[in-house]
Amino acid sequence: MFNIDFTGEFAAFFVFSAIMICGAVLMISLEKVVHMVISMAAVFLGLAGMYVLLEAEFVAFVQVLIYAGAVSILMIFGIMMTKHQAAEREPAKPLHETLAAIGALSLFGVLFYAIRSTTFPEAGNFNPGEDNTMAIGELLYTGYVIPFELLSVLLTVAFIGAIVLAKKEADE
Amino acid sequence: MLPSYLTMAAILFCIGLYGALVKRNAVVVLLSLELMLNAVNLNLIAFSKYGVAPSLTGQIFSLFTITVAAAEAAIGVAILIALFRLRGTVNVDEFNKMRR
Repeated sequence: MFNIDFTGEFAAFFVFSAIMICGAVLMISLEKVVHMVISMAAVFLGLAGMYVLLEAEFVAFVQVLIYAGAVSILMIFGIMMTKHQAAEREPAKPLHETLAAIGALSLFGVLFYAIRSTTFPEAGNFNPGEDNTMAIGELLYTGYVIPFELLSVLLTVAFIGAIVLAKKEADE
Repeated sequence: MLPSYLTMAAILFCIGLYGALVKRNAVVVLLSLELMLNAVNLNLIAFSKYGVAPSLTGQIFSLFTITVAAAEAAIGVAILIALFRLRGTVNVDEFNKMRR
């Protein structure tokens, strides 16, 4: 069932997945919101390590910059702007939590069964190019120019919208 | 190695789903959404190396997902701050009206 050969990639995968699962479970179970954000940063860093294992170096560094850097800081700012000593209170709805846990666990069961019972075809030969960043850049500016430009418009609109939404109303 | 990566992504996705359903602080709900998006990114990159036709397309697609997720996080936090100013709380259970 678990036909895994113990190579260096598997050892590194094991370390990174341990970091990520610990971070995610801590994120769910910690009390203070700031601690939750810090443990999520551990998950993001573990994911970046996994991307390096998968020969996606550029995406790994983007992950560190955007997620472990920008999104974590943005969330911490969100906490600071709303409630300083924010802590999760005791659960008031045990039925709701149990149902959510059953739902998430059964979804995981279905996914795990599907992954384990599928026979994946033999992987082709992956050629990430001599320079991963250069290969991605060439693809972005040749085959994917239009989505790339659309995304830049989306980002501009999103950040202008965020500023407008978070700005104090003048008449208050 | 592909099933291991897919299982890891499934674990992350389910933890994120549980957090998004259970947590009541809106910032934590946003964080759980980010966790689910990250699980999907892991799948994309795993298939871009171990899939039937490996290519860089999966990595490009995950870059696009990361961009959209960053925009979503910024807008989410902005809406949260506006709501906090209006209501004085970040508890999602109390966000049940569109006006005061």
